[in-house]
Amino acid sequence: MNLLAIETATEACSVALVHGDDVIARSELAPRRHAELVLPMADALLAEAGISRHALDAIAVGRGPGAFTGVRLGISLAQGMALALDLPVITVSSLAALALEAPWTESDELGQGDEAAVLAVIDARMGEIYAASYRRSGAGELLALDAERVTAAETLQLSAASGWHVVGSGWATYAEPIQARLTGPLRSADGARYPQARHVAVLAAAEFRAGHVLAPELALPVYLRDKVALTLVEQGRA
Amino acid sequence: MGIETSCDETGVALLRWEPAQPGRGLLAHALYSQIRLHAEYGGVVPELASRDHVRKLLPLVRQALAEAGLTPQDLGGVAYTAGPGLVGALLVGAAAGRAMAWALGVPAIGVHHMEGHLLAPLLEEDPPRPPFVALLVSGGHSLLVEVKGIGEYRILGDTLDDAAGEAFDKTAKLMGLPYPGGPELARLAGQGRPGMFRFPRPMTDRPGLDFSFSGLKTQVLLAWQKSDRSEQTRADIARAFEEAIVDTLLIKCRRALQATGAKRLVIAGGVGANRRLRAELAAAGEQDGFRTYFPRPAFCTDNGAMIALAGAIRLAAGQQQGESVDVHPRWDLSGLPPAPQALAGQE
Repeated sequence: MNLLAIETATEACSVALVHGDDVIARSELAPRRHAELVLPMADALLAEAGISRHALDAIAVGRGPGAFTGVRLGISLAQGMALALDLPVITVSSLAALALEAPWTESDELGQGDEAAVLAVIDARMGEIYAASYRRSGAGELLALDAERVTAAETLQLSAASGWHVVGSGWATYAEPIQARLTGPLRSADGARYPQARHVAVLAAAEFRAGHVLAPELALPVYLRDKVALTLVEQGRA
Repeated sequence: MGIETSCDETGVALLRWEPAQPGRGLLAHALYSQIRLHAEYGGVVPELASRDHVRKLLPLVRQALAEAGLTPQDLGGVAYTAGPGLVGALLVGAAAGRAMAWALGVPAIGVHHMEGHLLAPLLEEDPPRPPFVALLVSGGHSLLVEVKGIGEYRILGDTLDDAAGEAFDKTAKLMGLPYPGGPELARLAGQGRPGMFRFPRPMTDRPGLDFSFSGLKTQVLLAWQKSDRSEQTRADIARAFEEAIVDTLLIKCRRALQATGAKRLVIAGGVGANRRLRAELAAAGEQDGFRTYFPRPAFCTDNGAMIALAGAIRLAAGQQQGESVDVHPRWDLSGLPPAPQALAGQE
C-alpha cells in the first residue's frame, strides 16, 4: 500500500508517505509557510520512495481540530489530489495524531494494570483548548476515552486514570489549569509537540485496511468551534 | 479548469482554449452562491464563506466535468483565483486547484480576480480586442482601467470609499431592504417615477477619474427620513439614486475614453448587470462613436468561466505557478506581467 498523508492543522507542517512497511516523512515547524511547503515535501517523499503519484492508493489528512485556515489547507489539498487521481481519502483527528506524540512505555499498554492515559491538547485561542484523551492498546493504536471538544482548561472534564501523559500546545499555554483537572499523577508533559503526518499516516493506514475511506468531496474539516459570528437576530439581542 | 472562490460565490468552469473566439470553447460552468447563508448575518462572514467553499467546491468540479463529458485526466491546466479577495476563501480554491494540477502533472496558474472580470466580455461573440477602457464595478470594486494589451493595465480611476455595488447594498439597507439589497434596489428603481428626487453626481464637478459614493448614502438617508416612507417613495428614491450612480459612471467613462483615445468600452463586474447602466452606456456609445462590450449577466457576477479564460490566456503565454499555493488578498492589477500575443488578432 502507498498512502500519502498531510497534516497542517497547527504550527507544524508535515507530509508522510506509507510505502510498503516503511513510513517516511518531512516535517517543519513553519507557521504561515504551510501553503508553500506541502507539495514540494510530497515530491521529495515520492522521489525518495521511487514511486510516482499514480502509484498512490489513498490520501490521508489531519482534519483538525486546529487553526481553521491550516485545517482547510490540508483538506483542500487532499481533496484536490484525491479527485484528480481518483483516490479515496481518509480523514484522521489531529488530536489523535497528536496523542501518538506522547512517550510510550510497556506499562502504559492497555491491560497492564497501570496504564496511563494520554491527554492531547491544542491551544484553540480565545481562552480555550481543543482536547481529547486516549488509551493506547499498542504502539500506534488508540482508544478514545471521550469526545473531542473545545473547552476552557479550567472546566476540562476527564475520566479516571492511574496517570496522565499530556501533549500539545494547550499545555504550553494552560499547564496549571490543565494539571488541576487531571484525575491521576502527571507522568509526562510536553507543550512543544504538534500533530505529525507520520502519525496521521499510521492511523489512516489502519483505517484504509479496514475499508474506512471517503470520497474526496466527503473529506471535510472538523473545527469543533462552530459559532463564529452573530446572526442579525443575535446582534439585536446583544 | 477555472476555479473561483474569492468571496461568497463558488464557481467552476471548463474551457477549451480557442484564441480567436474564446467563448466557443466554454464547455461547462457551475456556480453556487452563498448569498442566503450570509443574509442571516447581514453581510459576508469570511470564516463561514471559507467553510462553505470547502463543502461546495468538489461537487461543483464534478458537476462541471459531467456537464462537459470530461474526466480530470482530460485537463490540460488548472486556473484559480489567487487574489484579491478574502484570504481564507481564496486559499480553498487555490489549494484544491493547485493540488489537482500537481496530481495530474499539468500547469497551474493563479489568476487576478479583476483581470478575470475585465476579460469576461471575451467570452461573448464578437469579443473586444485591446486597446480598450474597462469599467469594473462590483460590490468590492469601482475601477476604470486602460487595457493596452493582456496584462498591460493602467488604473485610471478608483473609488475613494465605497464601491458602486457596496453603495447599492448600503443604500438599500438604509431604506429597510434585507441584505444584499442592491439588486432589489435596482428592481425597485424600475418602478420609480422620474424627477421626484435628485441626488448629486459625486466628484463630477472636478477633473479626474476617481469615484466617491459614500456621500450619496447620507443624501438618500436624509431624503428617506423626511419622506412619507411609502412604497412608491422608496421606489422613487431608488430611481433617483440609481440615476445618480449611472450618470456618474457614464461621465467618468466618457472622460476615460477621451483621455485615452480608446474606441471601445468594456463593462464588467456585478453592477455591470444593471439594466439602466447598460442602456445608458450603450446609448452614449452610439452618440459619441464608441463601442460597448458587456458580458452576459451571469458572467458579470463572480464566476469560474472568467477565471478559466484569464488562466488559459496566461498559460498560453507560457506563464505558470510553481508548487507553492500562493494567494494575495491584496494585489495590484497594474503590477501583472504582460502576456503579449496571447490572443490571436490582437491589434
